[in-house]
Amino acid sequence: MPTTDDLKLRIEQAIPGARVDVTDLTGGGDHFRATVVAPEFDGLSRIEQHRRVYAVFGAEIGGPIHALSLETRAQ
Amino acid sequence: MSETTENPIREAIQEAISEHEVILFMKGTPERPMCGFSARTVAALDALGSPYAAVDILPDPRIRQELSVLSNWPTIPQLFVRGELVGGCDIVTEMYESGELATTIGVEPPAEAPDEAPQAAEPGAPPLQPDNRLA
Repeated sequence: MPTTDDLKLRIEQAIPGARVDVTDLTGGGDHFRATVVAPEFDGLSRIEQHRRVYAVFGAEIGGPIHALSLETRAQ
Repeated sequence: MSETTENPIREAIQEAISEHEVILFMKGTPERPMCGFSARTVAALDALGSPYAAVDILPDPRIRQELSVLSNWPTIPQLFVRGELVGGCDIVTEMYESGELATTIGVEPPAEAPDEAPQAAEPGAPPLQPDNRLA
């Protein structure tokens, strides 16, 4: 079961310079909320920003990570 | 792969998206959402008072698979306006609060519409997952 630290680390490793804050919404280890602030989001639409974060986890979204609620911005 | 491969579910989804100006793919129905995120998205749309089509993705797991392939978006719900993916619960909620959702859909928000996106019945409640048992 992924932890908030696992998710934070993976996002930070995949998106250089990202500041990431992850909370476990239910305490069950499968519904998370992440705030991701990353310079590379500059100029991307919100849809593209969220896709970028979802892409870090691929098929795990909807699988072991049942839900990942996102708030993203460039700064 | 050609676009004419026989994939009736994908074709039906594409048709539904192109035929409805505002269409929400969700878990359950607007009257009975089966997931907190779908419920919250429905609540935002309902607060704008604008009509929208809704598709329940739960009856057949292939609907969700094909939808996500088409939209390049892994989660449910998904809101489309005039053929374009607008987003899921987070984006729709943010856009509601900034007023962009009304602009995107092309409606005037009613005077009684709350400034903050309306909460679903139980804020932050874990989504129900009947699909896991039905699949």
